[in-house]
Amino acid sequence: MTAFIQYTLQGLALGGFYALAALGLAVIFGVLGVVNFSHGACYMLGAVGAAVLLDATGLGFWAALPIVTVAMFVFGVLMERLLVRWLLRLDPLYNFLLTFGITLFLVDLVKRRYGVSSLAYELPAGLKGRVDIGSVSLSSYQIFVAAFSVVLCLAVWVLLTRTRIGMIVRAATEDAERSRALGINVGRWVTPVFGFGIALAGLAGVLRAPTGSVNADMGSFFIIILFAVVVIGGLGSILGAVVAGFLVGLVEAYGQGYAGSFSQVLIFVLMAVVILVRPSGLFGREEAAS
Amino acid sequence: MSQQLVSKVDVELPSEPSLTARRPFLRWVGLAVGLLVVLALPWYIYPPVAMDIAAWALFAISVDLLLGYTGLLSFGHAAFWGTSAYTTGLIATHVGLPFPVAVLGGAIAAMLLALPTGYLAVRRTGIYFAMVTLAFAQMVYFIANQWRDVTGGENGLQGIPKNLGGMTDLINSDAFYFYYAAIPIILLGVLLAWRIVNSPFGRVLVAIRDNPARARALGYDVERYKIMVFVLSAGLAGLAGGVFSVSHGFASLQELVWTTSGKVVLVTVLGGIGTLWGGPVGAALVVLLEDRLASSGFNGIGIITGAIFVVIVLAFRHGIWGTARNGLGAWLRSRRRTREDV
Repeated sequence: MTAFIQYTLQGLALGGFYALAALGLAVIFGVLGVVNFSHGACYMLGAVGAAVLLDATGLGFWAALPIVTVAMFVFGVLMERLLVRWLLRLDPLYNFLLTFGITLFLVDLVKRRYGVSSLAYELPAGLKGRVDIGSVSLSSYQIFVAAFSVVLCLAVWVLLTRTRIGMIVRAATEDAERSRALGINVGRWVTPVFGFGIALAGLAGVLRAPTGSVNADMGSFFIIILFAVVVIGGLGSILGAVVAGFLVGLVEAYGQGYAGSFSQVLIFVLMAVVILVRPSGLFGREEAAS
Repeated sequence: MSQQLVSKVDVELPSEPSLTARRPFLRWVGLAVGLLVVLALPWYIYPPVAMDIAAWALFAISVDLLLGYTGLLSFGHAAFWGTSAYTTGLIATHVGLPFPVAVLGGAIAAMLLALPTGYLAVRRTGIYFAMVTLAFAQMVYFIANQWRDVTGGENGLQGIPKNLGGMTDLINSDAFYFYYAAIPIILLGVLLAWRIVNSPFGRVLVAIRDNPARARALGYDVERYKIMVFVLSAGLAGLAGGVFSVSHGFASLQELVWTTSGKVVLVTVLGGIGTLWGGPVGAALVVLLEDRLASSGFNGIGIITGAIFVVIVLAFRHGIWGTARNGLGAWLRSRRRTREDV
C-alpha cells in the first residue's frame, strides 16, 4: 500500500509535466492548427534555462519559474512571427516539418554549447525534505509539483472558460472560420497563443529541472510521449490533454513500479487501445476521427 | 480548423506531371545515365559512403511512396529500417546465410511489423498519422533497448558478417567489392518502387491522395490500399536498412531512434516529394554533407541539417528534383511557345 501511494504521487507529478506541456500543445493546435514538434525542445530549453540562470546569476528555482516562463513566451512569439506564420495557410504537415527542423537545430545548439552531460540543479529551498503521512514518506517536491500543476491547469481552465479572452480563444479553437465571420480578429490572437503554449512547455521544463537530469536530450522522448498524450486525449481537446497527461503519468509510474523495464511500452499499448476503440481520442470529437 | 486535417494531404507537388511521359527516348537516356552514376559512384566516392548513399536513397524512396504518392507522412520509418537492420544482423550472425538472403529476411520482418502498425495508423490521417507512426516507432525503440539478450541493448549488434558463398573473401577484402555485391538489392528495391508507382495500383494510390472520398465512392477500399502500400513501403525501407547494417557490420539503436525517421523525411523533402528520383538526390547531399561535417570534427550536425530543413520547408517545398523539373518544364514550354510564335 505504501508503495502504491508513492507510485501514485510519482505518477501525478510526472503527469503534471505531461499535462502542462500537452495543454500548451493543445492550445496551439486548437488556435493555429499547428502540431508543434519543437514542444519537447522548448521544455528542454526551460530546464536548461533554469540551470544556466542558476549558474550565471545565482538566481534559484523560485526566480527561474517566472523569468524563464516569460523568456519562453518571448521565444514563442518570435518563433511564430519569424517562421511558423509563413506556413499557417498550408497543410499542417509543413509546420510539423518546420518545427522538427527547429528541434534538430535547438537540441544540437544546446549540445554544442553545454555538452551532452547533465547540468546540475538542486531541489528548491523549502521543498528539500520529505513529508511523513502515517507510514508513508513522500518527497515534498513531488507533492508540490503534483499540486502546482493541478492548480495551474485549473487556472488555465478558468481563464479559458470564465474570461472574455478565454471565450475568444475557445471560439477560435472550435471554429476559426465562424469566429472570424462573427467579427473576432483571430489573427491577433495567434501570436500570443503560440507564445503562451511555448511558455507552458518552458514552465514544465523549469518544474522538471530539480528532479530529472537537465540536458539537451531531455525533450527528445518527452515529445513522443506528449504526442501519445494528445492522441489519447484527442488533439483538439484541452480537457483531453490534461486528463490524458495525468493518465499517462500514472500509467508510466505504475508501470515502472510494477512492470519494470518494459513500463514505457505500456503508454503505447494504451495509445493503441484508444485508437482501436475511440480513434478520435478520449475527449476528441467524432468527426475528426476518420 | 480541424477540417483540413481530415481531408487530403495538400503537399505541394511538382506541377509538371512528367517530362518523360511523351518522350520515351528521354526516359531511356535518363535511366541509362542514372545507372551509370550508380555504377561509377564508388570510383569517385569512398565506397562505404557510396553504399550509405544508396541505402538512404532507397529508404527515402520508401518514404516518398507514402508521402508523395499516397499522401501519408510516416514519421516512424526508422522502425522498419531498424527492425530490418537488427533482423538482418541476427540472421547473418546466427544462421550464417549469405547476406542477400539475410537482408530479404530483414525486409520480411519489417513488413510483418508494418502490418499491425499500418492497421492502426491508417485509422487516422494527416498529422495524426505522423504522430501515431512516430509513437509506434518509439515503442519499437524501447523494446529494442530493453531486450538486451537479443539486440545487445545500448551496445547494439556487432560484428555482422558479410557472407556470400564463394565470394565471401572478396567482398570482405574491400568495401569497393561489397558495393557491387549489394547494389543489386538496392536497384531491385528502386525497380519495385518504380513498378508500384507506374501500376494500376499506383494510380489508385494517387487517386486516394488527391481525393479519398471519391476513391471510396468509386468502390476502392481506401484503408486496405493504404495498409498495402504501408507494408510495401516498410519492405523497401527494410531492404535499405538491411544493406546498411551489413555494410557497416553493426546494427545500433541509432537505426531506430526518431531522429532517423526525421532524417529520412528531410532527405525525401530535400530531394522533392512525389518524384521518386528526388530521394537519391537528397540522400547523396545529406550523406555527403554529414560525412564532410563529421570528418571535419564539427559537432552539432543537427544545427546545419535543422537549418536546411527550415529553409527548405519555408522556401523550396518542391525540393531539388521537383524545382529542377518544374524549371526545366517551364523552359521547355516557353521554348515551344516561342517556336510556335515564329
